Amino acid sequence: MRISKFLISTAVFAMSVVGATSALAEDLTVCWASWDPANALVEMSKDFEIKSGNTMHFEFVPWPNFADRMLNELNSGGHLCDLMIGDSQWIGGAAENGQYVKLNDFFKANSISMDDFLPATVTGYAEWPKNTPNYWALPAYADVVGWTYRKDWFNRPELQKQFKAKYGYDLDVPASLEQLKDIAQFFQGREIDGKKVYGAAIYTERGSEGITMGITNALYNYGFKYENPNKPYDIEGYVNSPGAVKALEYYKALYESGTPPGSSDWYMSENIDAYKSGQVAMQMNFAFIWPGVNADPNVGGDRTGYFANPAGPAGQFAQLGGQGISVVANTAHMDAALEYIKWFAKPETQARWTEMGGASAMRSIVEAPDFPSKKPYNKAFLKSMSIVKDFWAEPSYASLLLAMQARVHNYVIAGQGTAKEALDGLVKDWTEIFEDEGKL
Amino acid sequence: MADKTIDRIARATPPGVAKRVRGLSDRTIAWLFVGPSIFLLLAINIFPLIWTIRLSFTNFRVNRVNAPIKSIGLRNYERILSDPDIWQTMQATAHFLFWTILLQVLIGFTLAYLINKKFKGNDLWTTIIVLPMMLSPAVVGNFWTFLYQPQIGLFNYVVGFFSGIDPSSFSMIGSINLAPWAIVIVDTWMWTPFVMLICLAGLRSIPDSIYEAAEIDRASKWRQFWTLTVPMVLPFLMLAVLFRGIENFKMFDLVVQLTGGGPGSLTTLTSIDLKREAFEKWRTGYASAYAVILFVTVFGMASIYVKALNKVKDR
Repeated sequence: MRISKFLISTAVFAMSVVGATSALAEDLTVCWASWDPANALVEMSKDFEIKSGNTMHFEFVPWPNFADRMLNELNSGGHLCDLMIGDSQWIGGAAENGQYVKLNDFFKANSISMDDFLPATVTGYAEWPKNTPNYWALPAYADVVGWTYRKDWFNRPELQKQFKAKYGYDLDVPASLEQLKDIAQFFQGREIDGKKVYGAAIYTERGSEGITMGITNALYNYGFKYENPNKPYDIEGYVNSPGAVKALEYYKALYESGTPPGSSDWYMSENIDAYKSGQVAMQMNFAFIWPGVNADPNVGGDRTGYFANPAGPAGQFAQLGGQGISVVANTAHMDAALEYIKWFAKPETQARWTEMGGASAMRSIVEAPDFPSKKPYNKAFLKSMSIVKDFWAEPSYASLLLAMQARVHNYVIAGQGTAKEALDGLVKDWTEIFEDEGKL
Repeated sequence: MADKTIDRIARATPPGVAKRVRGLSDRTIAWLFVGPSIFLLLAINIFPLIWTIRLSFTNFRVNRVNAPIKSIGLRNYERILSDPDIWQTMQATAHFLFWTILLQVLIGFTLAYLINKKFKGNDLWTTIIVLPMMLSPAVVGNFWTFLYQPQIGLFNYVVGFFSGIDPSSFSMIGSINLAPWAIVIVDTWMWTPFVMLICLAGLRSIPDSIYEAAEIDRASKWRQFWTLTVPMVLPFLMLAVLFRGIENFKMFDLVVQLTGGGPGSLTTLTSIDLKREAFEKWRTGYASAYAVILFVTVFGMASIYVKALNKVKDR
């Protein structure tokens, strides 16, 4: 294992020094999810084809099947993908199982600095172990959970008046999660323009990762921590802290009193549909959907506003999304794949990436003085990216994730047991997983 | 057993065939014909089964090919059998099986009985009734999630129209009380036609002369139904139950599409749970033990059932 890692690293370094740019006319395949940014990548990669002489192919899989399909590919040692834009949680497993190439030497040889990228995206998408300078990916698509709201509804004088009378403060972008719940409850079942509307579309999906990606936006802000900051994998008292219990109760109350009936298994697409069809006043979703909302004929333009996940009693955090781009270890086109990474890391490529519908994590792009004013959602995006936290990126992340999905769905949606019982159960599940892994 | 089969085939081979193929005996030719089938059977069925049983005693994970495989004895089995969550999925599966089979047999038989009556347009009705089972379960699941939507779903609207209940006040797939029934309804809608077709075949296999004889004996219609129709269709009905039981025990796509196993873990059936263990958590050894337990359960139940079916057939 160690020898193979060493050999891969040496090969990468040698190839990068000898001249990765000398690779010619290779067929490269990039694997990613099937969504709008992927189409932008196809367009943008034409520039790489012209410059390098390589031919680009793309394997895109719809989000619901993305993890299944691509992790199967990695685990089976398939040769389909030369480059993988994989989820942030995969980094640990892919690094420890030798599925991704370690890129440190390559970055060094080609003057690619991780300091040029937003720190949260470097930690989230590239590092394993976390917070160590071991890089397995280049931040490719910066994403985070945030909120959209019906600015046109919020601005209606009669609603503002009623809201103020009921809650004692102005109807505006919520400053806290409690205010967000108030607003959701205020709109719940209300009639607007002759149509019954509801408060908020939130993540509740059971099968893959939906409810976890939603509920963490409350958990972090109420004091939940994945582990003892001073003792790794010590989770008792952190995962099931009193704050975390309150967060679960909060999310359940929000679900029961401020979301559309029947929204018990909703994730990204259902939330988009509910928002665009004018069913809800607010929508929780990853920021990648914001350009689409902004351009939508029904709710786009001035009718929609954007805000970062509001603060809770223990601070303001948001769930990280997004992906890094990695070189698959058993690619037959190593030099060309590295050449693609080198091209992708160039500031001009990154600038074009954001213009075309991607989301660069490069600081020179997102920290440019004019960036916040370029798009109506950029300000909220920047704020959100500065408060991110991510789920476990352990090799056993899938077991950790599915355990959390079951525990929180049982409590929040099915109403079984108490919040404390749900989190105690989660501690039990996660402890067992870490014991199996030999971490405890 | 295999030797006996080979001998039988050798004896059945026309005399002199082997002589025409120089140097090959009848027995060798028989092996040449049967050999590939036996090899495929071993490769596709028996070897994976033995391999699964072997893996079930290890901590093997298919995504950690470099990690050493340790033998852990009966640990996987102990864990599975003492896990209350797995018992809940077994219970959910049993509930789903019981109600879907009961409803499908009752409705399917009734429909077959009605369709079997000679009336104008019964062929058209048969075609209309069998349409749902021609659709893909994933499509049906997606389609019914829309029908079950509280705001726009036709199902909720119809229930609301006849009962006076506000359609948006209940969610079939979001409520812990209704979600199990939501999947029972969809599966019944989709697969009752299958049971109907089998029953129809049974009903049409009963000669008219038997009923004519019963008429001559002045047997009432009710008596004819219970003493002639039901016993003669029973083997067909039992066959339908066997098919539906096997199919529904491994039900996956429809439920995933409808509820994703939720709310909570209420509609997580064993097949969904097994898939998560094997191909999402990648706990291969554990999932192998799970699969072995399910295999033994189904094999045992099916063996008892087939014995009963043979008895009914022989009556």
